[in-house]
Amino acid sequence: MATDVLGARIKRVEDPRFITGKGRYLDDIKLAGMTYMSILRSPYAHANIRSIDTAAARAMPGVVLVLVGADIPYNPLPMAWPAGGVAGIRNNINTPRVLATDSVKWTGEGVAAVIAETVAQAVDALEAIVVEWEPLPVVVDAEKATQPGAPQLHENAPNNVVFEWTVGDKAGTDAALEAAPVIVRQRIVNQRLIPNPMEVRGDIGVYNPGTDEYTIWMSSQTPHIQRLLLSAFVMGIPEHKIRCISPDIGGAFGTKIFCYADMALCLFASKALNGRPVKWVETRRENYQSTIHGRDHITYLEIAGTREGEITGLRVKTYANLGGRLSTIGPGIPTTLYGRVLSGCYRIPNVYCEVTGVYTNTTFVDAYRGAGRPEATYVIERAMDLFADEIGLDPAELRRRNFIAPDKFPYDNPSGLGTASNGEKIYIDSGNYEPAMDMALATAGYASIDKAKADARARGKYLGIGLSTYIEVCGVAPSKWIGAVGEGWGAAMWESANLKIHLTGKVVLTMGTQPQGQGHETTYAQIVSSELGIPMDDIIVQHSDTQGTPFGYGSYGSRTASVGGTAAVKAAGKIREKARQYAAHMLEAAVDDIEVVGAEYRVKGSPEKMKTLQEVVFALDLGFSLPAGMEPYLDETAYYDTPNCTWPFGTHVAIVEIDEETGKVDLVRYVAVDDVGKKINPMIVDGQLHGGIAQGVGQALWEGAVYGDDGQLLSGSMLDYAVPRASWFPNFELGETVTPSPVNPLGVKGVGEAGAIASTAAVANAVIDALSPFGIRHLDMPYTAPKVWRAMHDKEARS
Amino acid sequence: MTEQVRLTVNGVAHEITVEPRQLLVHALREDLGLTGTHVGCDTSQCGACTVQLNGAAVKSCTVLAVQVDGGSITTIEGMAPEGGLHALQNAFWEKHGLQCGFCTPGMIMAAADLLAGNPDPTDDEIRHGIEGNLCRCTGYQNIVAAIREAGSTLRAGAPVPAGAQD
Repeated sequence: MATDVLGARIKRVEDPRFITGKGRYLDDIKLAGMTYMSILRSPYAHANIRSIDTAAARAMPGVVLVLVGADIPYNPLPMAWPAGGVAGIRNNINTPRVLATDSVKWTGEGVAAVIAETVAQAVDALEAIVVEWEPLPVVVDAEKATQPGAPQLHENAPNNVVFEWTVGDKAGTDAALEAAPVIVRQRIVNQRLIPNPMEVRGDIGVYNPGTDEYTIWMSSQTPHIQRLLLSAFVMGIPEHKIRCISPDIGGAFGTKIFCYADMALCLFASKALNGRPVKWVETRRENYQSTIHGRDHITYLEIAGTREGEITGLRVKTYANLGGRLSTIGPGIPTTLYGRVLSGCYRIPNVYCEVTGVYTNTTFVDAYRGAGRPEATYVIERAMDLFADEIGLDPAELRRRNFIAPDKFPYDNPSGLGTASNGEKIYIDSGNYEPAMDMALATAGYASIDKAKADARARGKYLGIGLSTYIEVCGVAPSKWIGAVGEGWGAAMWESANLKIHLTGKVVLTMGTQPQGQGHETTYAQIVSSELGIPMDDIIVQHSDTQGTPFGYGSYGSRTASVGGTAAVKAAGKIREKARQYAAHMLEAAVDDIEVVGAEYRVKGSPEKMKTLQEVVFALDLGFSLPAGMEPYLDETAYYDTPNCTWPFGTHVAIVEIDEETGKVDLVRYVAVDDVGKKINPMIVDGQLHGGIAQGVGQALWEGAVYGDDGQLLSGSMLDYAVPRASWFPNFELGETVTPSPVNPLGVKGVGEAGAIASTAAVANAVIDALSPFGIRHLDMPYTAPKVWRAMHDKEARS
Repeated sequence: MTEQVRLTVNGVAHEITVEPRQLLVHALREDLGLTGTHVGCDTSQCGACTVQLNGAAVKSCTVLAVQVDGGSITTIEGMAPEGGLHALQNAFWEKHGLQCGFCTPGMIMAAADLLAGNPDPTDDEIRHGIEGNLCRCTGYQNIVAAIREAGSTLRAGAPVPAGAQD
């Protein structure tokens, strides 16, 4: 039974509702007496608010409430992950208020809200609000913002610096670079992205005047965390008086992790309306302006080594644009999730990284699929290609010579995953990088690529091939490590599972994690089915509601299978053990004599003496006859804190062709060999890889958020931002190696982000390879046709 | 000012009162409660709101409700035969052609239109045929596989299994 279910390509149990139009996303929920909120957003990127006149708006048809910042107690949103935590790093923190009061720092910051009987009435009334603005000078570029004379955003942040964070051995790295025969330097830009889940965000707030309790439906990846943040940090409401519910989530990719002003606004407004429900759903344009963006790094990299291809040092300076105010964990992304994994899968003895977090007049930046790790992978994988080019060595061979060898695990990486003050370590626990690379190269035809390039030239194309040999840290992270490093607000990162078997033998698994399309209702059921020998059809997986689910930290960081999945395994183990004890009672045998085979509890040596789990459950849940000390019912909760992160790895190979006439880049083949450990449902794993690869390719070739110098978001709608379409991709060719994770009983690692982490660098390296006949060794993304054409024709356009 | 609009949706006749500026998608979702048709953008780019109007796929965010007076509309809720699934629905399930499911109704409606005009499309024709519909989860690969599979099922005229499990 177990082996049949776990690891099987089982169709998803959540799909019937989605394919028939019966999913229930936030905007599908309609409550009696519901009102609708619309938010007035700043048209300026930087301005003081002199006055706001809402009198005319209040008189508009259907308007029931108008709010400005002064109506709401001063409660800035929380900053949950300052850079470096207690390690002595100063963070100059400014977070958004529920509505801006004195000034705005980006186009799209909320300044007023109208609540009306219909959406249209609310939108109409917004236009009647008069704001007197005092526009201020604007800066949108993170590097420029730190220069003398740049417009200043916040009094407590001189030169717009949020923090200056470092990791690694500066003296050792400086010395290694000094001594190295070869050093390559490059400025690279990892451009800002707009995440674009297909469902935008929204909330429905309901205050109950009878009980003084609040309920909020929210399109959130983290309902439990939001309850904590809204209660303890924003609203001042006791935690037990808020209930957070996430309905079906139409994609998230990180954007729905965070605590947003609109959540508090809906709750505040519902209370002001004596309990009428208040619904807010952002428009796509609002999503582009006021839901988080991703990436946006300017990096100076220096990579050093020998002519024989031994990398001896990596020194990196990064300006990380965090926007006009900080999102919930903005500073954590370009620091711990970036600097600490910069050396990737390579044995680089000296690594040093400085990151300056910067305020600019742009939308806040936070975790977008991969969150820091795609940026790190882009740096090291571009650096490896630059170094290979410099010494005239094949890029695959350079990687091979510098891989951490399979016998070197656990591996302490020098860029500082390392050891916390209490001695707790994060280390790369496993890996075997060469077989994955060999498989990918063989599949892609790497050995005969010169012929392919020649053939392409005959067709008027420049063909290029690029590698990305990535590792990913996921399943973050041991709570004891996070606590000791002091990164975060004291958050732990464990997960929880409650498992009940009811009288009729039907199973309810209740989780603290939160799906957004990953198929948790299927994969968790596979785990429970495998552990207990119960058919999938008899198991239901519940989640998403703080009332009735155990506290959990939610789903992001590719952590659900490894941390949440293990919590489910542990809960099932507790159930099995109690059932075994009760079976012994029923069979009048010693507990040690009971063996469990699937759903049968047998007396060893007398297989005819046995009880099925159903028989055990029925009697135990009734509790007519219980052994001394045993409580009735099969209902067990488990909490699981992982001893380490998990470490997926792999090699992705992209092949592109560039049209010599137009500069248009076509991705013609994409080969991915990933080692994500064991797979609960390989069909779902493949799907995660497809989607992640597509998003990463999107960054390399098409996507980019663009601000004008005045801070206007020029890529402000789906007309202007290139969300990739079906015809832009080839079929991705997936392969695998399987190195089970040693840290959890399932042997799983995580796959939600792997594709996005690896693919951007692979495609970038392929494009630069294709452009190498032009003497081009670097070009910043995205590789749109005009940019590539210019680089092919204009030396000045090249880096 | 409001207008009366008569329309048939999934075979059922309705008469609704709408503002002239009301979009068809909002009439379907708010007035008729058919929330399977989704709104994913505000510029007619994403296709999540795709329905069939008089037999052809349209983005219902780009049609005013008053424009469809007398028209016949099929939404995702009207695709399945009683107690079963449409070949496209089944193929999306079989081939893992969806993850979050938000684009799926529009994608299925667009694919139905594609297969009606081209019952045996190549992968390339499928990829171009669904260009008006965005998906951010799947990288499109399994959507293409699902549409190919559904085309094959429909060409064979095979009965569609009703909610068949593996």
